[in-house]
Amino acid sequence: MILVLEKRSRRSQAMVWLSPVLALGITVVIGGFIFASLGLDPFKALYIYFIDPMTSLWSIEELIVKAAPLVMIGVGLAICYTANVWNIGAEGQLTMGALFGSAIPIYFTDWQSPLVLVLMLVLGAIGGALFAAIPALLKNRFGANEILTSLMLVYVAQLILDWVIRGPWKDPKGFNFPQSVSFEGWQLLPLLGEGRVHLGAVLALIAAVLLWVMMGRSLRGFEIRVIGNSPRAGAFAGFAQKKVVLFCFMLSGALAGLAGICEVAGPSGQLQPVISPGYGFTAIIVAFLGRLNPIGVIFAGILLAISYLGGEAAQVELGISDKMAQVFQGMLLFLILACETLIHYRIKLAPGRGAVKEA
Amino acid sequence: MGALEAVILTIITASTPLLLAAIGELVTERSGVLNLGVEGMMIMGAVCGFAAAYTTHSALLGVGAGLLAGVGMSLLFAFLTQTLMTSQVATGLSLTLLGLGLSGMIGEGFTGLPGIKLEALNIPFLSDIPFIGPVIFGHDILVYGSLFIVAGVAYVLFRTRLGLIITAVGGNHHSAHALGYNVLRVRYGCIAFGGACSGLAGAYLSLAYTPQWIENMSSGRGWIALALVVFSTWLPKRLLVGAYLFGTVWIMGLYVQALGVDIPSQLLSSLPYLVTIVALIIISGNKTLTKVNTPACIGQPFAPER
Repeated sequence: MILVLEKRSRRSQAMVWLSPVLALGITVVIGGFIFASLGLDPFKALYIYFIDPMTSLWSIEELIVKAAPLVMIGVGLAICYTANVWNIGAEGQLTMGALFGSAIPIYFTDWQSPLVLVLMLVLGAIGGALFAAIPALLKNRFGANEILTSLMLVYVAQLILDWVIRGPWKDPKGFNFPQSVSFEGWQLLPLLGEGRVHLGAVLALIAAVLLWVMMGRSLRGFEIRVIGNSPRAGAFAGFAQKKVVLFCFMLSGALAGLAGICEVAGPSGQLQPVISPGYGFTAIIVAFLGRLNPIGVIFAGILLAISYLGGEAAQVELGISDKMAQVFQGMLLFLILACETLIHYRIKLAPGRGAVKEA
Repeated sequence: MGALEAVILTIITASTPLLLAAIGELVTERSGVLNLGVEGMMIMGAVCGFAAAYTTHSALLGVGAGLLAGVGMSLLFAFLTQTLMTSQVATGLSLTLLGLGLSGMIGEGFTGLPGIKLEALNIPFLSDIPFIGPVIFGHDILVYGSLFIVAGVAYVLFRTRLGLIITAVGGNHHSAHALGYNVLRVRYGCIAFGGACSGLAGAYLSLAYTPQWIENMSSGRGWIALALVVFSTWLPKRLLVGAYLFGTVWIMGLYVQALGVDIPSQLLSSLPYLVTIVALIIISGNKTLTKVNTPACIGQPFAPER
């Protein structure tokens, strides 16, 4: 018996929404087996991992704090991937945005005005967009593979951050710790409520809705989808492919940069050697889990945020590695892609080669 | 040991993992498949190689385990992209993310433990010759292995029937299929070969380059290997030169620092990544060079008609 894929006469609408759910289900089941193999009660472990984070107000706030950057970056990447533009350097653009935005409080430490915050956010977005423009321009001008260049720039951005934080931007009164001055007042994002939820969450929601409108209602959105589906058709329609590449890169870069400065001016409150626990890479999974739909990305972002929180909870309560979160995330993307096949194909078991011979 | 000798030796150790990973990917891409999971396969090779060597006290078993880990990861990729026809770019990315996570979890218990070093082969008399001995005859099995694999790949690709089949499958899978070749089987094989080489590259890192396990110790080498394949324009000969050039750049930073030149260390550390970008620009800008050997079907899924 061998596995055979039979093409469906049309794509299955049910599977469009069912396949991510199926992928999630399989991930949880495999996760249960992994927990069991570690000698844990799989049901208790899964409860602590996936349900517990949603049972207290504190952890729900924490969930929003972690989901905000994932959604913000994820929607940008979703647009890129729709256009078949492969920006996988969001982590670097996030770092650059954080650096650009932090320049204001670091150089004008005593300046306090609402303008400071606005300027920081704008600079953050600009920093990310400019950094993302590099792979786009290299692709357009020289045909250099954007996957490789955007990824190489992640390492470069992180080394630049490392340099400024240990060199020129180090807090002079910071006992030689590699960190900048602490941001204060208008240099920080306003909090929503008592907890740690900050303005970034609202910005992420706005970004998702705006991009959803753009993709569904504007010519630009149409252009992106056509070029993603069929570059030739796009060319015949007179759409400028290079412009779309640059647009997608700079848009997603700006959002990643915004997420970066929101991390620094939000939860962390100062520039540190490590800004994000890999949000830029996890956002790739968010984009795919959300089926490249900005609204879908919101839910996907929340789900992946649970995997971060659950990872922390499992580490504390079960004593298992915090790497479990990364394993879950990687597995999830793998299974999302595998289950996506069901949209276009039906899986059947067919008699193998041996059986044919007998007949 | 003289200074020149030391420099040459470190260049060889820095180049070998790049060469191993890149030659495997070259074969994979020749068959028309783009596997972006090199980094993930490599890091799994590194952690499994280290773990096996540590538990069995045998570096050679470690090398074997690294190879198998790479093959295992690549077969996951092959099943998804070939059998389930998923997007190669996205699947490769997810292989890298999965590999980085899994390796971190497997390796957690091995962090900071003393490693088992893959010893240099001691060739009687030859290894004792001054200068030439250590530089040419003083390496471990993987260094020679990598050169042997490159030569072997060049031979198979250009001098054998199998090489022609691989090139045909990568160049036009519909024609290859019509001629009666099993496209999927050829691709499965080439993907597994790429995985084996990436696994060896990882094992080299954790058993010879720095004989210990450090999280994320591949630090982008898998991605640089991918760039190297583009840089080589899919020719093993050029790949060999490219890998050694990149290896040289990789360790140049260390020497400049050791000389006491006042440059931020971070700038030196970012050199390999910047050089990779520059190399990609130069080679991609040259259309005549890239067009000739680029496998025409690269990245495209193949659905056999029944």
